[in-house]
Amino acid sequence: MTLYERLVGLRSEPVKNLVERGAVRRFAEAIADPSPLYTDEGVAAEGRYGRLLAPPTFPRTFDYGRVDGLRLPVAGLIHGEFTISYERPLLVGDEVLCSMQLKDSYDKTGRRGLLGFLLFERTGDDPGGERIFTTNDVVVVTEAVRRGMGS
Amino acid sequence: MNGAPRWEMGDELREQTLPPVDRMRLIKYAGASGDFNGIHLLDDAAEEAGLPGIIAHGMLTVATMGLLFSPYLEHGYVKTFHSRFSGMVFLGDVLHVGGSLSAVEETGEGLLHTFGVHARRDEDTVASGEVGFLLFRR
Repeated sequence: MTLYERLVGLRSEPVKNLVERGAVRRFAEAIADPSPLYTDEGVAAEGRYGRLLAPPTFPRTFDYGRVDGLRLPVAGLIHGEFTISYERPLLVGDEVLCSMQLKDSYDKTGRRGLLGFLLFERTGDDPGGERIFTTNDVVVVTEAVRRGMGS
Repeated sequence: MNGAPRWEMGDELREQTLPPVDRMRLIKYAGASGDFNGIHLLDDAAEEAGLPGIIAHGMLTVATMGLLFSPYLEHGYVKTFHSRFSGMVFLGDVLHVGGSLSAVEETGEGLLHTFGVHARRDEDTVASGEVGFLLFRR
């Protein structure tokens, strides 16, 4: 049995997140993104949306809730891939219902020994149930980390 | 205000060179993203994990590749972003980010421009992927 196989398909209870102006400003500063559309309300008011935008990777900051029984090791996980697709841009002031699911779990043996691959899907919907974005992450659990987990 | 970009197949986005990665950048990103994993912040935690030093958050490198598109946000938005991580980024590393147009597709929403993007330290690619930038019709 691969790591977490019995948890595949389980979804977390959605959590309500709010795209806050201050959080977006701090995030834009942290990634050194100079676009005024993230921080300057005057510029944003003249723009297509009339509101500030959130940077494309901002959904990383949201709370996606917990999948029952899923306990990941604190250290040693490798982030292999990240994908996000938007149905529309994310704006400051948006309320987003976020949840996550373990989509798949499989093992591969390679140069670095036995590797466990975990595929996570996270989604963000507006309060009306319309999808705003979907993210997919590939997380790799190395053999050393797996030994530490006692599996 | 800039005019809307007119990209042709094969066009390259001007490669940007970023300031060397320093600890304060990683502390700020940890605070802004909520990712306080010690391997990004604490020498001891990095050493315990068998690393030669603290490493930058992979998602910070993704966000850095996203900077290529910030000049065009009046005219569209990043609709899709895919990144594969292929190397670790350490303190003092100087990253160069760039991209080139690989596909254009007409959609109901506008013209979807797909760019191959990369982040490299010298000749080592630390992350690469694709960005779909949706350019609005006027």
